Order: sequence, then C-alpha cells, then structure tokens
Amino acid sequence: MSPTSAEVWAALSGVCDPELDRPITDLGFVASVQVTPVVRVELRLPTYFCAPNFAWLMVADARDAVSGLPGAGPVSVVLLDHFASDEINAAAFDAAFDTDGTDPTLSSLRLIFERKAHVAAQERLARCLAPYHDLSAMTLADAARFAPDAAAAVARRRSRAGIASAFAVCDDTGAALPPEKLPGWLRFARTVRVSIDGNAALCRGLLETRYGLTRAGP
Amino acid sequence: MYRKDGRSYFVVDGHTHFWDGSPANQINRYGEGFIKCFHDYHSNLSPDEYKWTLEEFERYPEERLLHDLFEVGYDDVAILQSTYLTDWFVNGFNTTAQNGEIAERHPGRFIVNGRFDPRDGEAGLEHLERLHERWQLPGVKLYTAEWKGDSKGWKLSDPWAYRYLEKCEALGIRNIHVHKGPTVYPMNRDAFDVADVDDAATAFPGLRFIVEHVGLPRLEDFCWIATQEPNVYGGLAVAMPFLHSRPRYFAQIIGELLYWLGENRVLFGSDYAIWQPKWLVEKFVDFQIPQDMQAEYGVLTPTAKRKILGLNAARLYDIKVPGELDIADPGGGPAPEAATA
Repeated sequence: MSPTSAEVWAALSGVCDPELDRPITDLGFVASVQVTPVVRVELRLPTYFCAPNFAWLMVADARDAVSGLPGAGPVSVVLLDHFASDEINAAAFDAAFDTDGTDPTLSSLRLIFERKAHVAAQERLARCLAPYHDLSAMTLADAARFAPDAAAAVARRRSRAGIASAFAVCDDTGAALPPEKLPGWLRFARTVRVSIDGNAALCRGLLETRYGLTRAGP
Repeated sequence: MYRKDGRSYFVVDGHTHFWDGSPANQINRYGEGFIKCFHDYHSNLSPDEYKWTLEEFERYPEERLLHDLFEVGYDDVAILQSTYLTDWFVNGFNTTAQNGEIAERHPGRFIVNGRFDPRDGEAGLEHLERLHERWQLPGVKLYTAEWKGDSKGWKLSDPWAYRYLEKCEALGIRNIHVHKGPTVYPMNRDAFDVADVDDAATAFPGLRFIVEHVGLPRLEDFCWIATQEPNVYGGLAVAMPFLHSRPRYFAQIIGELLYWLGENRVLFGSDYAIWQPKWLVEKFVDFQIPQDMQAEYGVLTPTAKRKILGLNAARLYDIKVPGELDIADPGGGPAPEAATA
C-alpha cells in the first residue's frame, strides 16, 4: 500500500537544507505532495539561481527519505522553476549520478555545512548556559539537564556531522575547547550562527515574495 | 549629503547600477531569470512606497536614476559598478562604456568602475588597458560567477586572474570589488566561498578588495578573512535593506562587522535600483543597536555612521570631502591616501 500524504510530509521533514540547517518543510521548499498512488514531490527554491549543488542535495535527500517509506515504490521528486531544473530532474534518474546523495564530490561540501551547523548549535547551547557554567569541562549530558532542547539540537547535528564527543562544546575533531580558547571560539561561533540564521530568514522571505505566499508563523 | 539632528553626513554610494534588463535585451531564460531574481530581492526587502513593477524595474530612464540618487536621494557621489553578463544580455547588463557615458554627462556625480574577466586571456589584458585609458578606472567590479560559454565561473586565485590583478596594479586600478554568486560546476564547489579573496589579498597588498554584500551568505568566512587581511573591506549592499524588514538582524550583521573589521573598513552601498539610497540613508542614520543587544554589540556611534556612509569610500577613491563634513580623526584605520584627484 502506498504511504499517505501525511507520511510523505513527515519523511520530508527530516530533510534539511544543508546550508540553512532547517527542514525543507519549515522553509516552504516543498511545493506539493501527491500520492496517486505513485508518489510525486515537487520542490521549489527562493530564487531561480539558488546554488545548484545544494538544490541537488535536497532533491537527492528527499528522494531517499520518501523512497525509504514502506510501500513507496518508485518516487518522483521534481525541482521546479530553477535554472538547472532540467539537469537536476534528469540526473535524478540517471545511473551516472549517485542518487543517494553520497557522491564523494558533494559529501565533502555537505560536511563543511554540517560542521558549521554543529558550531552554530553549540553557540546557541552556550547562550542558554552562560555565564553560570564552566563550559569547557561540561558534558553534553550535563548541559541537557539545564537546556534540554538546545542540547538535543547539538546532539542531532553532531551525529550528522560524524563528530563523536561527550563534551557540550567541542571542535570539529570532538576535542574539548580549553578555557583560554573557549571565548574566542564562541565569539566566532556566534558569527557562524548569525550568518546561518540570517540566510534562512532571507531565503524564506524571498520564497514568499517569489510565490506570493503569506507569512506563516513567526 | 544628508542632515539630521544637527549632524551632516557625506554620502558615497559604493554600489549603483544603470542597467538594461528588459526583455528586448534578454538573450535567454537566464537573463530573464536574473532580472526577476533581482526584482524579488527588491520587492521582498523594500518598503511598500518604494516598490516598482517588474516592467519599471527592468529598465529605467536616466532621469529616474538621477532623481533617485541625487535629487530625493542623498548620494554625493555614486559608484557605477559595471556588470556585463553578455551571455545573457545582448548589449550587456551594464557595461563600462554605458556607465562611462552617463558619468561624462554628469560630471562630479559618478565614479565608473570597469571590469575584467580572466578567461579573456591576453586580449582581455589589452582591452582592460584600453578601457582604463578611455575611462580612467579607479576600480573594477568582478563577478566570479559570470558564465562564459561552457565555463560557469572563475576564481580570484586562478593564474590568469593574477595576471589581471598585476595589470590593475600597474595601471593604478586599486579598488577591486568582488561579487560572489552561485556557479554551477563543479558541483562540489561552494560558489559563495570567499577563500580566493584571501589568497589574492595576500598576494596583492597594494590593492584593496571590497567584498560586496559583506560575503553573504558567507558572512563568517568573510569576517575571518578580513581579520587576517588589512586590505579587505566589506560592501554593505544587500545587507542595508534589512534595516527596514529585519532591523534586529541588521543589528547583528553590523555588530559582527564592527567587531571583526572595525568602522573603517565597512562601506555603504544601495545596490540601486534594487534599493534606493533615500530610505536606506534615512533609516541607517536613525538606526541604533537595540538596547537588549547593546551588551553584546555596543552602539553604532555617529562617527561610525559618517565613516560607513561616505568617508571610508572617499578615502579609497580619493574623493574630496568638504571640510565641515569630514572628521578630524579617521580613528586608527589605514592612513588617508594623498589626494591625487
């Protein structure tokens, strides 16, 4: 039996824009879902010229997420209104492309943004905890007692970025930040977070303008 | 010039355009997509009373440009940034020659920046020399994402780009504006990556690299580079309009820039006709970091505003600032250049 539309939406909510670190469903990038009974998903982006590599990753990830549903059968994920739509939509069915999104040339790019997302999430966590705690020695489990949501957000991104560490705040190798390095590290992490949050807001605004949507939620 | 609350601000608009994006000038769907994308930026981030229809926006008359920049707008000097995109627009989007002609009709108002494309090879080097002879370029605007045949972009660190930067240095073209945009190939490249600016800025300490849109969407990478390279500057075009729609986000951006670069290396730009200097300047002068963010970011002083709106660019472009509009102490930035104009 085919999955329901709600199941498809739920699966898509696990797909993130790698650059904006937000689910494509929150960003409004899912234009439509049809289950008739073949599953067809249409994606749309804020501009005609959005970076095609990220577009490709989102199409590939969306396909993987929906194909993984029981009974999904053949799934079609189509990118609308993009300068590279034809190439990306055709490539999604082309054996020459690695359609599971783990193409090594793209996975290195993806890793850069997964690490940035991890850095930004740690800065958000540090803001919840500071200035009451000694962050350089704190474990993520301890942090979760004070700021469960922010700590869970760090854990999710940490696992996505393939980083193993018990510390609440760590560098890309998983090592703790010594106390003398921590303030500078957090200061730069703040800039990373500002950049990601700002881009997400800009992209959402442009999408609303492009498709005449009214703003939903905050 | 803009006056408010007894203070006067000399305004150099570091990023303006007089383009032709009309259907008659579009070669293909990419040209159409490009102007529509600009129009969405315009519509999304402009106050209602400043919004234009797509048709108005695609091509506007010279009178409107002058009106918006200098009559109702507060620009003292506007820098026209040449953007060719000749694979998408028949006569180019706005070329050096087109910009130069307007500048000649309105002496003292405009500065014209040229452009080069390292993929033009030897012939392009000669062409740059001729362009400079004709228009006395104080700078160039580079668009590394520009398409050219099968190539979908280039890097400032490419060997041929270095040849062109050497040529700029030899000709005295010192202001290198860099605009990043999405390219296509190779797919594993982050097209907004600003790392090549770092290489070029180290290799050419005599040139100034003004990164347009302050590196957005890579603000953090841009800030990092700018802390290492004293000859890297941030152009505020595209960041400015957040003043209207997302002032708290604007506070964060300007706060980050002031922290990493300081107030001497940030330059105002409207990106006209995407946005208009009138409302941008008014809102910027009225703007303050919200109280609850001041512990983190401090405040934006009137001196910083004056530098950002015009004095910093005036220093880079040897623009003479009327005495009463200048400030005695430029405040620890690079020493003012000897005026050559």
